[in-house]
Amino acid sequence: MSVLADRIKEIIKPENLVYAKSPVLNDDIMHYCPGCSHGVVHRLIAEVIDEMGIQDQTIGVSPVGCSVFAYKYIDIDWQEAAHGRAPAVATGIKRVLPDKYVFSYQGDGDLAAIGTAETFHAVNRGENIVMIFINNAIYGMTGGQMAPTTLVGQITSTTPYGRNVDLNGYPLKITELLAQLPGAAYVTRQSVQNPAAVRKAKKAIRKAFEVQALKKGTAFVEVVSTCSSGWKLNPVDSNKWMEENMFPQYPLGDLKDSSRADADLYRIKG
Amino acid sequence: MGELRLMKGNEVIAIAAIRCGGDAYFGYPITPQSEVMETLMAERPWEDTGMVVLQAESEIASINMVYGAAGCGKRVMTSSSSPGISLMAEGISYMAGSELPCVIVNVQRGGPGLGTIQPSQADYNQATKGGGHGDYSLLVLAPASVQEMHDFVVLGFELAFKYRNPVMILADGVIGQLMEKVKLIDQRPRWTNEQIAEISGSWITVGKSKNRKKHVITSLEMDSSIMEGNNLRLQEKYNRMKAEEVRFEAIECDDAEYILVAFGSAARICQKTVQIARKKGVKVGLIRPITLFPFPEKIISEYATKVKGFLSVEFNAGQMVNDIRLAVNGKTRVEYFGRMGGIIPPPDEVEVALHQKLIKG
Ligand SMILES: Cc1ncc(C[n+]2csc(CCOP(=O)(O)OP(=O)(O)O)c2C)c(N)n1
Ligand code: SF4
Ligand SMILES: [Mg+2]
Repeated sequence: MSVLADRIKEIIKPENLVYAKSPVLNDDIMHYCPGCSHGVVHRLIAEVIDEMGIQDQTIGVSPVGCSVFAYKYIDIDWQEAAHGRAPAVATGIKRVLPDKYVFSYQGDGDLAAIGTAETFHAVNRGENIVMIFINNAIYGMTGGQMAPTTLVGQITSTTPYGRNVDLNGYPLKITELLAQLPGAAYVTRQSVQNPAAVRKAKKAIRKAFEVQALKKGTAFVEVVSTCSSGWKLNPVDSNKWMEENMFPQYPLGDLKDSSRADADLYRIKG
Repeated sequence: MGELRLMKGNEVIAIAAIRCGGDAYFGYPITPQSEVMETLMAERPWEDTGMVVLQAESEIASINMVYGAAGCGKRVMTSSSSPGISLMAEGISYMAGSELPCVIVNVQRGGPGLGTIQPSQADYNQATKGGGHGDYSLLVLAPASVQEMHDFVVLGFELAFKYRNPVMILADGVIGQLMEKVKLIDQRPRWTNEQIAEISGSWITVGKSKNRKKHVITSLEMDSSIMEGNNLRLQEKYNRMKAEEVRFEAIECDDAEYILVAFGSAARICQKTVQIARKKGVKVGLIRPITLFPFPEKIISEYATKVKGFLSVEFNAGQMVNDIRLAVNGKTRVEYFGRMGGIIPPPDEVEVALHQKLIKG
């Protein structure tokens, strides 16, 4: 044991450092379950803020959901919004501080069920904010109930025999819908199940923040995510389940990459 | 200096919001107060003062936009009418819990449900007893004239920041739609970033500089002992309001045998009732609560030992009467008279009620 500790001490030296945690992510132990995507996405946001040098200009809006405590981990100013209302709160902030960076961070229940109206209208107004959307096909925080994104046949605590279309309707592909809105500038769907995906997701988050700086409209990043506890799978199997079941329904990639639409396309004739 | 104008109560809310240096207004149309946002949009304050005006997709969105902007230390307001205020209830509770200042105007209409667009005072309990969930109080101002609609916007922002608490202006459709002479304040500048830092620098979310700790606007606390402390701090604040902010008007109460208690447009009618009754030789006075929370309980309890009875006159089923009874604590009689559904009783109807319920009865 002590031999191992000595060896580790020998290895932990500045010259051997290949990767360091961004100081924008603090040292608090996260409350997320092992295998949960939330923590990885937090890290990516912190790194982007750090690398862009915008820690002192960024305000985050956390949701009600497992990431309600996002404000504990990323060292920036935060507002904690009511369930589903983060896009409205972010709108309020951005409208009075138009030159700051404002982002919302929401789960699928928060963004695509109770907060659907706020989500749609913020994007439709082309609010110059970043919206991060964690789609784990379940309500993690309240103990694994059906989300609007829950897949057909997927077992949750409120669909104990699997989601049934006759009763519960269809998995909501809200990102596809949002990409149609003229206020959306950049809409993408990413994931963080392996290092390559993590790197791509980080690039997308960085791009979203850059779109905000250019005031081109809303930048929306969905991250197809795992909820090992809600799915009742271990972290490895969660990733497998996500690849097999989520990716076919929620295919990864950019859905829109331009800027908000020209108003003249929608103008009255006279 | 002190420009005089003939204006509607709702319009004056908008003008006062601009002139007192308001930073933002978020709202959603509903009768009888849509003129507030319409006036703001016509005035285009963003071109002169830089004030933001935005029509939201719902009252839920408006109050949460207010939350976001208020969290940046800005002077932010919204207005609505009864059903819209019900939709805002969760957001108002969050603002009270997170201790965010703002001004919320409720130009009340009749309920329950969609009710009527006619005036009413049926949201007294909602306004003074919380309205949303949890132990919280709003500071509630009840204007009885167009001038007070104006003055209470200015006062409302002062109090909201003094206590870091939402302030509600509880008006009704009569005062909102009424046209009267009003003296407007001169345009005041909006607060600069430096002023905002000086006033609210310890808690606002405007981007965290390297040498300060992050600020978090939240009402959430998982540790019960800390949460109880937060609750106690809020209660202590409400007690300070009770000690320092009670406002009322006492009219002809000194020699009164009977006192009417009424707020807002009901108080205007009761003022006339006092004159009618006094002409007939009945010594009647009027107490007009201006702050509904904190309620002027001390003055009512003082008069309770001097008068033969109080009549609470309200355009609802009898809500404020309960606060009067608590203040009187059995020392004299307390009766209620009111009309509902948007019916505004004339002064002599109130005088008849006074006879039937108190003097004869
Ligand atoms: C108005 C309101 N309704 C319901 C809840 C309870 N609630 C808290 S979190 C949550 C679901 C969150 O799920 P999601 O947004 O998918 O986030 P996740 O935990 O999965 O990340 C619900 C229903 C609440 N806090 N407020
Ligand atoms: S319940 Fe699910 S979403 Fe919540 S922390 Fe655990 S794994 Fe993550
Ligand atoms: Mg979820």
